[in-house]
This record gives sequence, structure tokens and C-alpha cells, in this order.
Amino acid sequence: MKDFWHVINTLPQEQWPPLYSAIQSLILGGVIVGALLSAAGYLVLLERKVLAWMQHRVGPNRCGPFGLLQPLADVLKLLTKEDSLPPFVDKWLFIAAPAIIMLTAILSLAVVPFGQPQWLVVKDLNVGILFFLALSSLGVYSIVLAGWSSNSKYAALGGLRATAQMISYELSMSMSLLAAVMLAGSLSLNKIVEAQSSLWFVILQPLGFVIFVISVIAESRRAPFDLPEAENEIVAGFHTEYSSMKFALFFLGEYVAVVLLSFVISTIYLGGYHGLFDIPYIPAAIEGPIWLLAKVGFFIFFFIWIRATYPRFRYDHLMELGWKYMIPLSVLNLIATAVLIILFPTLGGHK
Amino acid sequence: MMQILMFYPSAVIAVITTLMVIFSKNPVYAVLYLIMSLFAVSMVFWSLGSPFLAMVEIIIYAGAIMVLFLFVVMMLNLGQRRVDEDLRPPSGKALILPGIFATILLVQTIACLMAGHPQGGTQLLNDPVALGHAMYEKHYLGVKLAAIILLIGSIGGMHLGRAASFPDTKEKDLL
Repeated sequence: MKDFWHVINTLPQEQWPPLYSAIQSLILGGVIVGALLSAAGYLVLLERKVLAWMQHRVGPNRCGPFGLLQPLADVLKLLTKEDSLPPFVDKWLFIAAPAIIMLTAILSLAVVPFGQPQWLVVKDLNVGILFFLALSSLGVYSIVLAGWSSNSKYAALGGLRATAQMISYELSMSMSLLAAVMLAGSLSLNKIVEAQSSLWFVILQPLGFVIFVISVIAESRRAPFDLPEAENEIVAGFHTEYSSMKFALFFLGEYVAVVLLSFVISTIYLGGYHGLFDIPYIPAAIEGPIWLLAKVGFFIFFFIWIRATYPRFRYDHLMELGWKYMIPLSVLNLIATAVLIILFPTLGGHK
Repeated sequence: MMQILMFYPSAVIAVITTLMVIFSKNPVYAVLYLIMSLFAVSMVFWSLGSPFLAMVEIIIYAGAIMVLFLFVVMMLNLGQRRVDEDLRPPSGKALILPGIFATILLVQTIACLMAGHPQGGTQLLNDPVALGHAMYEKHYLGVKLAAIILLIGSIGGMHLGRAASFPDTKEKDLL
């Protein structure tokens, strides 16, 4: 036990024995998944409350003090509803689709560093950013398969809209990430955070930051980019035929994705676990997660704020914004970053 | 040990799912099996010590290209006649060329297995930095040629899709 603690505190992750590595991944992974799934329920409440306050309403306040038991009531309601499997659907894909969205969102968190010590990241991959991009591009399948397997017109329309939208915004998302990768000189999220110890990338990459934030909102299909489930045009879009817990998985998957994307934005552009100042009397291993969670909390609020502020895009406006503005701007940002790194070699992370 | 545990199951899955691509009757299922096969191949890359190639395989093939395939296949409504046609066994003539290629590949694979070690330098591809150096220092001509081909392809695509190709429509309607 003492040896385990000593090893994971001093050695870099690649040199850990496989058993220690497995134990650390399982414990930290378990804690993250548990926290994430219970937080997702409360995010629903938070979103309803914040939306209500922004619209001069009260919001849910019947279940428990300040409506704090509302998520439990929601889960009980969803669990006891009939889990219908319409006779016209493609059974296996219909069941698999909601599982995929949860899996891809949760797995991405494995590469996010929560703090300075090596054991506060589940797996410090040297291709961390690519891992995140790969999983986020796989998330599309969940929506497409839900749309196709439902065998219904509205679901198919929602699936098609989602595919086109997510493919379009994936390009500008990865392109703006590349500029940050060039500054850090590594694809590992841990190295990217270390590169921001003195200056956060949001200051060096203002344009990249804005492009990335807009792209991830489009990727997560939330308002104002929620065309795949626009309720006044195509009922509920891709999840029209879903009910009970399978619907809840889609619903929770969206919130898990919001948490994940907030983690990624804070890690890549806002210095991750680096804080503005040292909090007194608190060990460094706890200080990192506190700062990171504070930034994540802000971005979760930001996502809700955006939803309450902007109306939904028209479809051609969405495509025009994606292809005619976001992608050229992100390429421009990439080129400008490259030129600046050549002019001022101290900026770049490449030795 | 870990390598063997990862390599052989992924390799077996890759072979089975690739066969299922050919034998499944529903085109959407065929595309999904192809995605699984690409996944398995990416795990094979990973187990051979190249996580970068594994991730790129998933991002480009499974994440981008296969989504477009699925997009098109979903839109197709083949109809019973076409399905029956597809299910007929292929004629003898159509099997000659694929047969030759498959034989060559099989012989090569067996030769590699006999030699006892994988051909090519997997060590070089171990981390993304080494791969970048190899691509942009040794093989930059190939990289540039590929870039030019992609550029030509995208210009060609825009030319075919421009408003003048469809005399009756205005540019606005195409958006």
C-alpha cells in the first residue's frame, strides 16, 4: 500500500506497473463516472432553475426544499413509465443508439487531467486530444442510428439534420484545437495544461477559443443549434419514438456531454487545474480539482445562459455559419499561429 | 502479454466483421459492420504500439468517411428487385481478378508470419512526434502530392456543385 502510494506519486504514468495502473484507473474512473451520473441529474434541475430565473419564473419548487428532490422524482417517473418498443423499429440498433451517446461522452473524460499529481488523470495518453476527437466523432452514430432505426419520418429528418450539422462543425472544432496543440507542442492534455502554467491559451488564442466554444455548442446539439430536435418542426427529431429510460439516456447523455465539453474547454483554453492564486491551507492535490471544477461550473452555466438568450438558427444560416465563416476563420487562426510561432520561437511548445 | 490479449481478439473481430460486410443483406448493417471492422483494425494498430495511427483511423475512417457512407445508404431505397439481384451468387468471371489479388495478399501474409516478425518499422511510429518527423522530413513529397490531390478534388466538387450546373436554380436555392 505504501509502495503503491509512493510509486504513483513519484514515477511518470508510463513507468507504473500494470497492476498499479489498473487499480488507479479503476478507482479514479469509478469516482468520475459516479460523480458524473449523479451530477447529470442535478444539472437538469439547475438548467430548469436558471432558465426559470432568466425568464422571471420560479422553476421547480414542489419536491423538497427549493425543488432539490426534483431529479429523484423525475427518475422515478421515467423508470415507472412504459418502455415501449414500437413494432416497426430495428430492434437492436434502436436499443444500442442511446447507449452509444452515454459511452462516448463518459469515455472521453479518461484523458482529462484533474490536478497536478499523475494519479489525478485516468490515463495520460500521448494522443489525448485525438482520443477526445475520435470519441466525439463517434457520437454522431448514436443520433444517426436512432433516426434510422426508428423507421419514422420525423426521426429520420432529425437524424439527417444532426449528421450534416455535426460533420460541418467537427472541422472547425478540430482545426481550432490544432492551434492550441501547436502552442503546447503535444497532443497530450496533461502537457497542454502544463504549457499554460504561466499564460492561459485563451489569451494567446482568442479567436480559436471563440470558434471552439461555438463549435462545441453545435456539436452538443443544444440551443441555439438544436435543429435535430426542433420541436415545432419535427416533433422531437431523432428521439421521437423513444420512451421511458431509453429517452432518459438521450436526455442525460446531452448533460454528460455538456459537462465533458466544459472540462475540455477549461483544460485546453483556461489553464485546466492551474488557478489564479494559491488557496491557503489546502494541499496542491486538492487545489487543482477545485480550480478546474470552478471553471467547469462557469461553463455549464454559460451553456444554459446561451440557451436562454439566443433563438434557434435557421438551417441555411447554420450551414452558412459553419462552412463560410467558422472553417475559413479557423484555418486563418491556424496559419496566424504558425507564423507567430516561427517569428517568436519561445511561443511554440516544440523544442 | 497485454499486447497479445489485445491483438488477437481485435484481429479475429476484424476478420469476422469484414466478412459480415460482404454477407449482410441489409446495406445499413453492412456499413455498421465496416465501422466495427475499422475499429478492430485501429485496435490492432494500438496493440502494435501506434496509438496515433489507431486514433487517426477512427477519426478519419470511422468518424468522417463512414458517416457519409451511412448518410447516403440511409437515403437509398433499394427495392426488392435490386436486393434479389445482389443476393444472387456472383458469376465466375467476376471472381478472377479479386481471386488473384486475394491469393497474392494471402501468400504475403503467410510469408510475413513465417518470417516471425512484422515487416516495417513499428518502432518509428511509436509516438506522434516521431511520426510527424518521418512524414515532414523524409516523406514530404508524398504529403504534398496528397494535399494537391485533395485540393483538386475539392475544387472539382465545388465546380460540379456550382449554380451554373443546374440552369433552372438560383444559387440561393442550392444552399
